[in-house]
Amino acid sequence: MSININGSPTNLPSDTRVSLLDLLRDHLNLSGTKKGCNQGACGACTVLVDGERILSCLALAVQYEGRSVTTVEGLSTNGLLHPLQQAFIDHDGFQCGYCTPGQLCSAVGMLREVRRGLPSNVTNDLEGESITLTRDELCERMSGNLCRCGAYNGIVYAITEFAETTK
Amino acid sequence: MSIKETAQAVMKKAVQIAPDALMPGGAPDPLIRQKHGLIGTPVSRLDGPQKVSGTARFAAEFPMEGMLFATLKYSTIPKGKITNLDIAAAAAAPGVVLVMTHHNAPRMKPAPAFMSSAKAAGGDDLPIMQDAEIHWNGQPVAVVLAETQEQADYAKTLIGVTYETEPAVTAFEVAKADSEPGVFQGEPLLLEIGDADASLAAAPHKVDAVYRTPRHSHNPIELHAATVGWDGDHLLVHDASQCVTHTAWSLAEVFGIAEEQVHVTSLFVGGGFGSKTLWQHQTLAAAASKLAERPVRLMLSREGVYRIVGGRTLTEQRMAIGAQGDGRFDALIQTGVVAMGRHNNMPEPFILPARSAYQAGSFRLDVEAAKMDMVANTFMRAPGESVGTFALESAVDELADNLGMDPIELRIRNEPEKDPTTGAPFSSRHIVEAYRAGAEKFGWAARKAKPGTHREGEWLIGMGCATATYPYYRMPGGAARITLTADGRANVKIAAHEMGMGTSTTQTMVTADRLGLAMECVSVDYGDSHFPGVVLAGGSQQTASIGASVAAAYRKLITELLKLAGKDSPLHGLDADEVIGRDGHLCKSDELERRESYVSLMARIGREELTAEASAPPPLEFTHWSMHSHGAMFCEVRVNAITGETRVSRFLGSFDCGRILNPKTAASQFRGGIIMGLGLALMEETQFDERNGRVMNPSLAEYHVPVHIDVPEIDVIWTDIPDPHAPMGAHGVGEIGITGVGAAVANAVYNAMGRRVRDLPITLDKTLPELGLVP
Amino acid sequence: MNSFTYARAADVIDAVQQGTRVHAKYLGGGTNLVDLMRETLEQPSALVDVSGLSSDITEREDGSLLIGAAARNTAVAEHRAVRTRYPLLARAILAGASGQIRNMATVGGNLLQRTRCTYFYDNDGSRCNKRTPGQGCDAIQGFNRIHAILGASPSCVATHPSDMCVALAALDALVHVTGLDGSRTIAVVDLHRLPGDHPEIETNLRPGELITAVELPALPFAQRSVYRKVRDRASYAFALISVAAALDLDHGIVKDVRLALGGVAHKPWRALKLEASLKGQPATTQSFLAAVEEELADATPLPHNKFKVELAKRTVVAVLAELAGDIS
Repeated sequence: MSININGSPTNLPSDTRVSLLDLLRDHLNLSGTKKGCNQGACGACTVLVDGERILSCLALAVQYEGRSVTTVEGLSTNGLLHPLQQAFIDHDGFQCGYCTPGQLCSAVGMLREVRRGLPSNVTNDLEGESITLTRDELCERMSGNLCRCGAYNGIVYAITEFAETTK
Repeated sequence: MSIKETAQAVMKKAVQIAPDALMPGGAPDPLIRQKHGLIGTPVSRLDGPQKVSGTARFAAEFPMEGMLFATLKYSTIPKGKITNLDIAAAAAAPGVVLVMTHHNAPRMKPAPAFMSSAKAAGGDDLPIMQDAEIHWNGQPVAVVLAETQEQADYAKTLIGVTYETEPAVTAFEVAKADSEPGVFQGEPLLLEIGDADASLAAAPHKVDAVYRTPRHSHNPIELHAATVGWDGDHLLVHDASQCVTHTAWSLAEVFGIAEEQVHVTSLFVGGGFGSKTLWQHQTLAAAASKLAERPVRLMLSREGVYRIVGGRTLTEQRMAIGAQGDGRFDALIQTGVVAMGRHNNMPEPFILPARSAYQAGSFRLDVEAAKMDMVANTFMRAPGESVGTFALESAVDELADNLGMDPIELRIRNEPEKDPTTGAPFSSRHIVEAYRAGAEKFGWAARKAKPGTHREGEWLIGMGCATATYPYYRMPGGAARITLTADGRANVKIAAHEMGMGTSTTQTMVTADRLGLAMECVSVDYGDSHFPGVVLAGGSQQTASIGASVAAAYRKLITELLKLAGKDSPLHGLDADEVIGRDGHLCKSDELERRESYVSLMARIGREELTAEASAPPPLEFTHWSMHSHGAMFCEVRVNAITGETRVSRFLGSFDCGRILNPKTAASQFRGGIIMGLGLALMEETQFDERNGRVMNPSLAEYHVPVHIDVPEIDVIWTDIPDPHAPMGAHGVGEIGITGVGAAVANAVYNAMGRRVRDLPITLDKTLPELGLVP
Repeated sequence: MNSFTYARAADVIDAVQQGTRVHAKYLGGGTNLVDLMRETLEQPSALVDVSGLSSDITEREDGSLLIGAAARNTAVAEHRAVRTRYPLLARAILAGASGQIRNMATVGGNLLQRTRCTYFYDNDGSRCNKRTPGQGCDAIQGFNRIHAILGASPSCVATHPSDMCVALAALDALVHVTGLDGSRTIAVVDLHRLPGDHPEIETNLRPGELITAVELPALPFAQRSVYRKVRDRASYAFALISVAAALDLDHGIVKDVRLALGGVAHKPWRALKLEASLKGQPATTQSFLAAVEEELADATPLPHNKFKVELAKRTVVAVLAELAGDIS
């Protein structure tokens, strides 16, 4: 039983109770992914599974056998920050930094969803082929990621800049 | 008045009347004059790369050899005794190494309660798992240690507890009958000037109403956690802390060991807002670790945080203003009751803003504390001011409405020239400028004075404003160590904290400017109780405390350097006050070409490094002067005419907080405070079931904090006028952002729909009735 | 969380054989079940992972749409046929939870999610008849702002938290289930139960029955339909009130109407009285109001949720007026 984490095949735990989040943090010491509630209510544990953003706290690791997981540690390549990570620094898109890995992974997954035309709760035209990433669209789609320091404005600036440069 | 209180009063008076020159800040910090350094430039966070890459290690992220995982079981009654604890099944469960209860916990002293002495850090001073007594609903009754978190969490569910309940006071109305005068920082929360009741009665215009604010929870996204280990009788604690030195000292008291035997580190803290002090979990983790003789990681569950970490308490405030027809205040009355735990002392001091916000003919300000059987309430972002400004600034708006005056003009009409209740001169007060600039940028002139007259589709639109205010504090105990090395670099060590404020970045900038070094030549180490200083990250005082400490250490360092440099140095004969740092050199301050580089000076004295450690002067300045930060908050809301939902569509904060050191991180702090204020205004409430004292929404799903789409783009501007009496001319800006927001929103809601909500949060059930029956 | 075995179901038969065992539970996306297990509100000894079973979304010749129960919420909301033919369903799903959760949650799991009543969640600190039958209900005298105003009982005042189910109720969706005794369909409005004396029994599923698909019958006038959710913050919050509705007009007269309410009852509340009352009536605010008042005549609010009655009326009238405005 194996799961691919940031490109490395990793054994799954024998204890079926282990969440994907605890597998990362407690068992693999990949503590970049954060635990903020363990209730599916804050988004700090967001990771990408086969490119889709999910909450690793509500995911039983065993259910993800054979899947590819990307965590915040996997966003940067060869020690170089991902451009979105740099944009977060440039726009002060965080304060304490604890929700940040979740915001980053969520944003990467979110932009993929936008590109393929997935509507959101604030999309006016459900039948439209493409999505214009307005501020409202971005904020609604990122609303599953809480930031108690209140770095929301900076996060929005950072994601917007990144989205525009990677169009 | 006791002898101690009399002595304090005499001392205070002496400080007030002493000559300016004898006070810290009597001579302005030379950095205020320096206009071309790093201060004032936007600098990105130095720890940014660590935070965005997931390599910043938080308290629960330190692996230790042989480490066990802990979990806590909590009481389900508010008061009584444990009569039976059945732990057999839990102890026998797979992976379990220890079940600790009051039967087997090591003997420990209670943690000294916060403010009971200089380094006390405890949320309360109750015994920690020492007996069968239950003091609040949610008190820890057992600790389980196991090889994995899953095993510990499961074993906990096997513990059976039976209780003998005793009568508890868990209803506010019951507690109020027995309320007592609130005492805060050693002084009664009571102030009377003139006969405010008579003045109010005689005033031709008045407002007089009761305002309520509920309990709040800090909810930093990082759960409270500690990773602990013993090496003999030395304790290492990787904590999430905004008070490492306090925690080390307090844990030493608990375990009966020397302060130096406890080492607390806390390099990164995932948000604190007042909550990351010493609660039972650090002590329980250390005690269990001691019994198990293995390191322990204890990360509270989100529910656990609600059960054992106190939040902001509720307030019920009578707010009355009597005024003349021209708007001048004759009487300012703010009195009321707050709920408070029985074993802590934090009577939410909601009257603090009213002490210096406005000139008035008479004052009566009073906070009473009603003791309840509940988890100790505590400090949360702008304790007092955040909720006190809600009542005060709503009432000012109500009065303006009564008088038919613009609420900004009414405020300016009552602008005091000196502190209206102490008579002390203001050190720096430019609130009128802040209002003018804010009103201009926000477009206040477009506000319709008559409520309920601006509608777009389903949305009723309104604007409101309110004053923000927070005191300048500096607590005693600040100290720092500077080391200068032969290569012309400097390192600062101070037991300060980084919870997202940008401390390390900003203080690196300040230190670089002070020494005249490039930023990359300066490093600041913090978050370690073995470093100098008692520097609480609280009360927005850390910036001043570090600033004053580093300035003192700098002065000592330079004095020593100049002394050792001897006669051949071009700086010979000058003392530390006659030189300034510039471009890697020390220079005579009025003759910059007379200078010598640090590298040359160090070579001259033949040292690899030179270290100086010094303490900041006693913090007398804010007694001598009335020192406060100010702001003008502007808000536009949209209230849905169908559903009553309120959404904030625009917000601007215009601040007067001295010189802004790092505009980038300061703007974030302002915004962050405002956003927490939006939560306070619209959605936040810790539900405390008054039947049994249980918190019923211990979850981020049921305790609502603002999410991305609740938050508009927030504009922040500032006067940037240095406070001549504060280190660097700066004030801390962590808390002022939340003040005034509740009122600005409530005033905007009133302007939108004509409904005055005096009971936070402004949820739709409170706006709906005003919309009438189905249209 | 207690220990449990985990197995992926190879197919429906395999799933049902495993799932019929005592203390077995089906696992979809886990977004509710894992949380409930962590709170020990669910203590299965075996999890049968059915998230790999059919997630196909098929347009059938009779005009109906068949959605495999393992389809993720996101996939349903994203599907062209759902967006164009049943926009209220796409809207309802998109109004729920967060992007991450919608990527995980399955249709089958969403149907079976459990209440957010905080007394139900407070496992050892509060009384709850749903958790421990006969224990009593602490919500009735406690914080009940989010609780039911319709169809509650002295045993339980909890509400069903799903958005998706409200739309399904309005659409007369059918739930396809398979058990050891074979397959059957249940109208979604008959899937969930009112609490009565047994709030612990939440659905009419038989032991071991597995939801395999949801069928949306053809309903051409649902092309113009609305889901409106009212909540305490603008996103990522459960509904205080929600309304799913579709309206069919003929020259200003209500030819047909479908309407369901969320946040008001132990189950998605299909407003049959309102529908019956409105048919044949002019599409005016007055008739909408009269109809919703009839629907809510039996509402029995609790101390903290009286506002829901008025809010539901206002929201229903606004939704119907919006639909009428769009159509006329």
